[in-house]
Amino acid sequence: MSVSEDEVRKVSHLAQLAILDENVPVYAQKLSGILDMVDQLNAVDTSGVEPLANPLDSVQRLREDVVTETNQRDKYQAIAPEVEQGLYLVPKVIE
Amino acid sequence: MEWETVIGLEIHAQLSTNSKIFSGSSIAYGAEPNTQASLVDLGMPGVLPVLNKQAVKMALRFGLAIEAEIAPRSVFARKNYFYPDLPKGYQISQFELPIVGLGHLDITLENGETKRIGITRAHLEEDAGKSLHEDFDGQTGIDLNRAGTPLLEIVSEPDMRSAKEAVAYVKKLHALVRYLGVCDGNMQEGSFRCDVNVSVRHPGDEFGTRAEIKNLNSFRFIERAVKYEVERQIDLIESGGKVVQETRLYDPDRDETRSMRGKEDSNDYRYFPDPDLLPVEITPQDLEEARASLPELPEARKQRFISELGLSAEQAGDLTDSREVADYFEAVAAGCGDTKLAANWVMGGLSALLNKHETEISAAPVTAEMLAGMLKRILDKTISATAAKDVLEGMWAGEGDADAVIAARGLKQVTDTGAIEAIVDEIIAKNPAQVEEYRSGKEKVFGFFVGQTMRASKGKADPALVNELLKEKLKG
Repeated sequence: MSVSEDEVRKVSHLAQLAILDENVPVYAQKLSGILDMVDQLNAVDTSGVEPLANPLDSVQRLREDVVTETNQRDKYQAIAPEVEQGLYLVPKVIE
Repeated sequence: MEWETVIGLEIHAQLSTNSKIFSGSSIAYGAEPNTQASLVDLGMPGVLPVLNKQAVKMALRFGLAIEAEIAPRSVFARKNYFYPDLPKGYQISQFELPIVGLGHLDITLENGETKRIGITRAHLEEDAGKSLHEDFDGQTGIDLNRAGTPLLEIVSEPDMRSAKEAVAYVKKLHALVRYLGVCDGNMQEGSFRCDVNVSVRHPGDEFGTRAEIKNLNSFRFIERAVKYEVERQIDLIESGGKVVQETRLYDPDRDETRSMRGKEDSNDYRYFPDPDLLPVEITPQDLEEARASLPELPEARKQRFISELGLSAEQAGDLTDSREVADYFEAVAAGCGDTKLAANWVMGGLSALLNKHETEISAAPVTAEMLAGMLKRILDKTISATAAKDVLEGMWAGEGDADAVIAARGLKQVTDTGAIEAIVDEIIAKNPAQVEEYRSGKEKVFGFFVGQTMRASKGKADPALVNELLKEKLKG
């Protein structure tokens, strides 16, 4: 099995996903299955093949440096759970 | 036991574009919270980032100025972490393939020697928003105006060996980005931010474990923070402890660095190429255009000031530290026709006033044209150098140009021999004891007579004439 139970716990913590402890072995097994399948690709000889950053055979189009957005704060904040003095409020995050 | 300090720097320079790196929002400083935060900046589902052409051009300009390798193909990556001022849950940055590769910057050490500092890389990325922890009971306020502001992160090699070298490097880089017009360098507003990696070792050993110090928003703080941190690490090791790799915050009020706790997890950023963005391709033509847009760089300008204008290396160095000062000086020199006089007054009288009033040269009430006008009056002997100080102060205080201040304050130099002779006679008559001393061979007293005469004339007497007359009369 390529993904250990500890790794499942660590990754879920980093991704801020709550998973039940009893489900950890199941996730480890399923994720391992996926990675084992991907691992088969390692058998392919890729020497001489350029790394692919994007499947589209194209390069980045660039935007002119012009301000096109106007202030829409009231609309955006209408759907925010809580705002005050123009700020979005969230639970306190300082250590 | 001898210790050696090893320092590397990461500098975030905010690029002076109009709009954000991936959206059309303004990046103007000081706007009302969240009025410059669009759907892209808020990380709403379904939006796509579109790269700002100007940000790429500025990165190229910087890369060329440090003689770096420019990547023909660079890739944006997602740096994943959770913090409310980063609404997408990842920062778009560059990881494996940055746009600017290995380059270098030469700094001048205190002993006048030049040292080459390696620059590992410089990459484009977006800034995060701001969190305000103080004013909301049990909550944090989030302002996303800054989210998506284009940054160039400039990473140095661990090539610096003292706090002074680190400051010299930061100052040089600061001057460079301003010369290039890619960053306004405003440290107070956070446009130019420094993180310093510090470690100590015995000379010849492997690098020690480093600590990263954040929150350094002035040159003085960098120097003090490094000095404190070096002492802390040496004390720690010598008393049997170990330096741990961590992020520390500098507290200028207490002049110390403190560990930032609770960040153990944050170093696992799980970078991967951002599928929303395609690779950025730089063509030879792009490079040519960027090269053509480069201004005269500080080092070249310094050499020109030495070879063409005949300034000393020190003067040329001081005058080219910032583009604004160098531009100002060149305008004054061209206006009055005497480069050395211009250099002396820009670095002397004017610089003293700038310090006193804590003003930047670009905001000085005395323009280059006004200063040149005053220097012309020294050159044509309308005023003495002593009186010129008054004229400069008058111009600074808004009393008009040099001629207006000279007229209003009555500072026109007295070149009338008769008038000066009368003052000289009076001074000699009033100070018989000093006259006796001078005549008995104590020639140092001569300076006393010059000083008294200049003072009595309120600085208006022509010093050459005063010298001549005094020599003559004191002979007895």
